[in-house]
Amino acid sequence: MAEPLVSVRGLKVHFPIHGGLLRRRVGVVKAVDGVSFDVQPGETLGLVGESGCGKSTTAHAVLRLLDLTEGSIRIEGTEIGRMPQAALRPLRPRMQMVFGDPRASLDPRMTVEAIIREPLDEQTRLAAREKRERVAELMDAVGLPRGIGPRLPQALSDEQRQRIGIARALALGPGLVVCDEPVAALDRSVQARVANLLEDLQAKRGLAYLFISRDLSMVRHIASRVAVMHLGRIVELQGRERLDADPLHPYTRALLSAASEPDPVAARARQRIALRGDAPSPADPPRGCNFCTRCPEAMPVCREIDPATREVAPGRWVACHLHDPAILVRPDARPTVVILKGPGFNPAPPSHLQGA
Amino acid sequence: MPEGTPNVLEVRNLRTVFRTRAGSFHAVNDVSFTLKAGEILGVVGESGSGKSVLAMSLLGLLPSPPAEVSGGPVLFEGQDLLRLDPEALRSMRGGRIGFVVQDRMTALNPVLTLGFQIVEPLRLHLGLTRRQARARAAELMAQVGIPDAHRRLDDYPHQVSGDLRQRVLFAIALACDPTVLIADEPTAALDVTIQAEIHDLMQELRQTLGIAVLWITQDPGVVAGLADRVIVMHGGQVVEHAPVDALFADPRHPYTQALLASVPKARVERVRRLAVMEGQPPVLRTPPDVCTFRDRCPHAYDVCHRLNPQRYPVGEGHDAACFLSDPGLAPQRPQLEVVDG
Ligand SMILES: Nc1ncnc2c1ncn2[C@@H]1O[C@H](COP(=O)(O)OP(=O)(O)OP(=O)(O)O)[C@@H](O)[C@H]1O
Ligand SMILES: Nc1ncnc2c1ncn2[C@@H]1O[C@H](COP(=O)(O)OP(=O)(O)O)[C@@H](O)[C@H]1O
Ligand code: SF4
Ligand code: SF4
Ligand SMILES: [Mg+2]
Ligand SMILES: [Mg+2]
Repeated sequence: MAEPLVSVRGLKVHFPIHGGLLRRRVGVVKAVDGVSFDVQPGETLGLVGESGCGKSTTAHAVLRLLDLTEGSIRIEGTEIGRMPQAALRPLRPRMQMVFGDPRASLDPRMTVEAIIREPLDEQTRLAAREKRERVAELMDAVGLPRGIGPRLPQALSDEQRQRIGIARALALGPGLVVCDEPVAALDRSVQARVANLLEDLQAKRGLAYLFISRDLSMVRHIASRVAVMHLGRIVELQGRERLDADPLHPYTRALLSAASEPDPVAARARQRIALRGDAPSPADPPRGCNFCTRCPEAMPVCREIDPATREVAPGRWVACHLHDPAILVRPDARPTVVILKGPGFNPAPPSHLQGA
Repeated sequence: MPEGTPNVLEVRNLRTVFRTRAGSFHAVNDVSFTLKAGEILGVVGESGSGKSVLAMSLLGLLPSPPAEVSGGPVLFEGQDLLRLDPEALRSMRGGRIGFVVQDRMTALNPVLTLGFQIVEPLRLHLGLTRRQARARAAELMAQVGIPDAHRRLDDYPHQVSGDLRQRVLFAIALACDPTVLIADEPTAALDVTIQAEIHDLMQELRQTLGIAVLWITQDPGVVAGLADRVIVMHGGQVVEHAPVDALFADPRHPYTQALLASVPKARVERVRRLAVMEGQPPVLRTPPDVCTFRDRCPHAYDVCHRLNPQRYPVGEGHDAACFLSDPGLAPQRPQLEVVDG
């Protein structure tokens, strides 16, 4: 396989919690706690998980918008995990970000043109006329009418604001664009337009996306591979089709069973997998598997041993004892038999279809 | 719904117009529908299609001026809500008609405990004593799936998670045994697993308590999993109305077809792009007198630019406001090519 565009290994980002009169350090939020993945050039890797699981923190770490606690990040072969900000500057054009909330992420005092031009001002020595041309080109590429260039973002719709954010991210010709919930705040009909735009731009410009969302239905539409995150860890990572047909991790199955399903017959047929209680706090994760307090299939061993992430078949990664033969032979590993009905819950495809 | 289930809410020709200094805005135009006991009626449409104004008009929550609500009647328990005096309407709202609105952060008072906010309407509407009301509040919180309800009564809104606040709003809406619950996108900001749980809760409540629900959302995926019947709104009008299965299996209005096609489907080979529809719902400065979808419609033909279609029956409990469904116009219609939805 070609060299990955991005390679993340053992990423940890811990935030100190300060408390008491002296603002002493009283604990630590393990927002990201040991995450590894690659993004290949031109592909879309989806990153999905519930609020607070560490998706945005992972995104910010990959772009080095914050400092790592531990781990390595390589972009096109260059290790940037410990690189000082000044040394990162020349690499910035290759990696850009689209933010989820277009209202908050665009400076309300700048015109549309100025917002899109800003990265050109900061990173290039183009003449004013060249910049103007580049801005006009970018506006065309994201489907913004050129006439709105002199306007302020408040005067525009959420969709147009999101297109501005995309144009700005493309200004310097990046290889990687991190999209942090780029469609979450939009209507379904608008989401479809923005998703198609992202796909068109990817095809034309060979972009790779790290596409973050809480909504599995959009991630599995747009991504070629999907990483499922829970409480600072990636618990499952595999191709979208396999993930859909044969989810391995109990959390993925719960997410799939709750994902938006625009078909009433299928929606009724599927069995919802309810999770017990709230997600534990990343300041105080449970012992053993970080999903054991909510997992419908938890075994005694899950409260003792943290499951390792293993590649159980080529390209299929999961962190769960149910998929670890070495753990399953232990007496305290008695998998509860759970019968999952409905489309999407075929426990394993018949052997003659495996690997097809 | 079995045949002969009584209507608990009957809305006839409801109209809402905002008269502002910038001119008139016709947000709800001649909307009619019924809601049966124990039924979940979905209201779906893009942002700006008139769903929230419809809900606020039914609840009498729009300040007037600028809002002018007319038409009707809106029949609830034999009374016309549009002609009720404000005092009677206020006791109806939050009493027999529960509601949960869009904006969840402002909906709870930050300086009052969760318990107090549930207890108040109980004392007000049902005249319970403080003790009785507290016991009932704990019961309600347990009913909407709040663990440790007794302990939570004395928490303040900022001390609990977003989904718990949302559940408290449901508890408040359910406090006085409503017959009808009006919910305007109450789960849009929540995680999907929690959304799914709240949908399950709704199904349970309508079964155990027989509550009828008007559930408003812009997401067709939500109505598919939740509703029994659906009305589709565009330009402040009902453009299609159908049982949920018929709507998804055989959508007749071009707007419905486009809306449904824009949602990614589960478990299909990823071969196609999402179908998209350009433009937004119209902002209407005058009452609609031509089809409000004509500028976005791939099938529009001459008559669509001259007249506003009425709702034509197309099947059992299924109607569509589109000239393509007008049997009288069949001979004049241009031949349609089959559109791959
Ligand atoms: N600067 C910070 N200081 C302390 N804690 C933080 C900080 N940034 C994030 N966290 C915590 O780290 C965890 C992960 O946060 P993050 O924003 O990455 O979640 P997310 O998956 O993006 O969630 P959402 O879907 O809500 O955007 C949360 O518990 C959050 O409260
Ligand atoms: N106070 C108001 N004054 C003028 N127009 C309004 C007002 N409130 C809503 N509208 C208009 O009414 C239409 C429907 O809005 P709304 O019911 O909020 O849509 P939805 O809930 O379907 O997103 C929109 O065109 C909106 O701009
Ligand atoms: S390791 Fe155990 S608790 Fe964790 S997901 Fe697997 S079965 Fe559930
Ligand atoms: S009436 Fe005409 S414009 Fe309106 S939806 Fe039908 S075909 Fe399209
Ligand atoms: Mg985030
Ligand atoms: Mg609304």
